[in-house]
Amino acid sequence: MSIRTPIARARNHGSAKAGVHHWWMQRVTAIALVPLVVWFVVSLLTLVGQPHAAFAGWVANPLVAALLLALIIATFYHAAIGMQVVWEDYIHGHMTRIVVDLVTKGVLALLALLAILAILRLAL
Amino acid sequence: MASDVQSAGGNGGQKVTARAERPLSPHLQIWRVQITSFTSIMHRFTGMALAVGTLLLTYWLVAAAIGPEAYSAANGFVGSVIGIILLIGWAWSLFYHLINGIRHLVWDAGYGFELDTAAVTGWIAIIGASVLTVIVFVIAWAL
Repeated sequence: MSIRTPIARARNHGSAKAGVHHWWMQRVTAIALVPLVVWFVVSLLTLVGQPHAAFAGWVANPLVAALLLALIIATFYHAAIGMQVVWEDYIHGHMTRIVVDLVTKGVLALLALLAILAILRLAL
Repeated sequence: MASDVQSAGGNGGQKVTARAERPLSPHLQIWRVQITSFTSIMHRFTGMALAVGTLLLTYWLVAAAIGPEAYSAANGFVGSVIGIILLIGWAWSLFYHLINGIRHLVWDAGYGFELDTAAVTGWIAIIGASVLTVIVFVIAWAL
C-alpha cells in the first residue's frame, strides 16, 4: 500500500524530497559566510600591492588556510543551491531545468575543487 | 498572456475560443517599483553576479598557487580598466548581498517585517553597500 498522497501520485514527480533541508542549509552557509566574508575582505585589503611571497606566506598559516577553505566551501555550496532556486523559478521546461541545474552545480563544484587545490598547494 | 475560454469537460471536444488578453498575475506592467521589490530582485541579481564572479576568484587563487609570475599576471588583469570595472561591480554586489542577506536572516528570525522598518533596512543595504565599496576602493588605492 502506497503512502503517497493522491496529488503526489497524480503529479508523477516522486516525493518532494527535502525542501526544508535546502532552506536550512542556505541559512547555515549564509550565517557562516557573514564573518568569513568580512574577514576575507579585511585580509585582502592588508595584502593589496604586496608581492606574491606575502600572499603565499599568509595562506601558509594553517588557521588562515582553514578559514579560506571554509570560505570556499560555504561560498560554493551557497551559490550552488542559490542558483538552483533561480533556475527553478525561471526555467519551466522539466528536463531543461534539470540539465541547467546539473551543469551549474558541476561548474561550481569544479571551481570549488580548483580553489581548494590552490589553497592546499599554498598551505601545505 | 492570452487565455482560451473553453467549455468545461462534457461534450467531447466542443470548444468556444474567445481569446482574452489578461495578465495572469499583476507584475511589472501594473506595479510601481518599490524599495521592497527592488531590494528583493537586487538580492537575486547580486547573488547571480557573485556566482559568476567565483570564476575570477578561482582564477586568481589558482594563479597565486602556480607562482609569482602567474600571480602578477592575474593582478595585472584585475588592475586593468576592465578588471577594475568588474571588481567594483563584484565588490558592490558582495557588500549588498551581505547586508541584504543579514536583512533576510533578521526576517527569518521573525523581526523587521513592518513596512517602514523594511523600507529603512532596504535603504541601509543599498547605501551601506555603496559606502563600503567606496571605502574599500579608497583604502586599496591608497595602499
